Amino acid sequence: MKEYHYTGPVEHRFSPYSFNGGTVLAVAGEDFAIVASDTRLSEGYSIHSRDSPKCYKLTNTTVIGCSGFHGDCLTLTKIIDARLKMYKHSNNKSMTSGAIAAMLSTILYGRRFFPYYVYNIIGGLDEDGKGAVYSFDPVGSYQRDTYKAGGSASAMLQPLLDNQIGFKNMEGVQHLPLSQEKAVQLVKDVFISAAERDVYTGDALRICIVTKDGIKEETVPLRKD
Amino acid sequence: MALSNVLETPASGFNFDNVSRNVALEGLLQGGHTNAPKPMKTGTTIAGVVCKDGVVLGADTRATSGEVVADKMCAKIHYISPNMYCCGAGTAADTEKTTDLLSSNLTIFSMNSGRNPRVVMAVNILQDMLFRYRGQIGASLILGGVDCTGNHLYKVGPYGSIDNVPYLAMGSGDLAALGILEDRFKPNMEMEEAKELVRDAIHSGIMSDLGSGNNIDICVITKQGVDYIRPYQESEYKDKRQRRYKYHQGTTSILTEKIVPLELVVVQETVQQMDTA
Repeated sequence: MKEYHYTGPVEHRFSPYSFNGGTVLAVAGEDFAIVASDTRLSEGYSIHSRDSPKCYKLTNTTVIGCSGFHGDCLTLTKIIDARLKMYKHSNNKSMTSGAIAAMLSTILYGRRFFPYYVYNIIGGLDEDGKGAVYSFDPVGSYQRDTYKAGGSASAMLQPLLDNQIGFKNMEGVQHLPLSQEKAVQLVKDVFISAAERDVYTGDALRICIVTKDGIKEETVPLRKD
Repeated sequence: MALSNVLETPASGFNFDNVSRNVALEGLLQGGHTNAPKPMKTGTTIAGVVCKDGVVLGADTRATSGEVVADKMCAKIHYISPNMYCCGAGTAADTEKTTDLLSSNLTIFSMNSGRNPRVVMAVNILQDMLFRYRGQIGASLILGGVDCTGNHLYKVGPYGSIDNVPYLAMGSGDLAALGILEDRFKPNMEMEEAKELVRDAIHSGIMSDLGSGNNIDICVITKQGVDYIRPYQESEYKDKRQRRYKYHQGTTSILTEKIVPLELVVVQETVQQMDTA
């Protein structure tokens, strides 16, 4: 019977998790990386906040996007921040993107039997100054990618990115390297499309562009309905 | 249960044949790692208000299938008879078929009796059918109409309950819409004021509820006739994409090609003059 009620998902007993929606996306370029997320925080059919971005700045060269259960996102980012500080104090330098990714994998697997309900994507510059994207699952499996979408609308965005950035399923198209401007335009367009069809994505889009000159943030409005 | 004419009494008792079959199917499907197809629900905010000269019904136009928007311009205000319209929330197929069935039966009744159907009759038929199926038909309906006894607005729940009220809202966005209605409703409002009130109530549902969105449809029913305005207000969110995504011919590779010519023989030829005057 619960399927036919319009009141949305119904809780039967206490669940330690809840799904707060949100979509994250990261793209790696030749000398830049982009991490973008929508800013809607929802639960069931209600909206908690229209201004809750899911990208968090870790270092000058790394940004992480976390979506899923907001409680776990907040705790996880606090833990990562603390570990970054500890590393800086003992090693006298900031963690590199690759190192942060490896560390996050260990942190997540440490909770293998009561996982952090978070879909993470790290975007940043590697030691050579090239763009790097690392995508994770909730228990710490990760790999380096060129582009990745995560969160509620990931299934809608990923095929589009595969086609436009990876040039998959196309013949006779020139494989041009992605420029920063084109990448930003693509990210905006892709989120506008996601907001049309995914109810959990919308309100606004926060884009963090990581280059050797630092991290630039841009906010673009999306559908609010 | 087809009311081919009103004199035929429906089968007595409750018919639960399909319920036991559904339960068995669900068990079978869960075990076999496949999911039953999710029915498309309308999420929805629907509202209705009785005013001085008639009834105003309003609805949003988003239909969701889980968390995905399945239809951005779905019509939730259904025709019942020339003087009655019905907004539906809940499972999309259920609301459409239930209102279609009601409409057909009322047309047959009008032909048989030579009278325009009254709103109470429609409500009773709906209630009878929904109660008989014990809530398995997930249709929450707002029925509004004008007949010889006045302007009426009824709410019919999926289990068969009825409520006769001057203003109401249903659907996942009902609380948001009800907030607006409770604040600004007055008895015997002017038509324009009532339209604005319903528009604002639906708009509130669209903004606050994730299951509702896109455009607003309004249906105004008066003694003189019906004004079905679709859309009354279009969504303010237009396509703002910056790039054009076009694929030129040849982008999709052709792996094999097989041409089958159709052998056609002229059997008969007739020429009909077209009046081009």
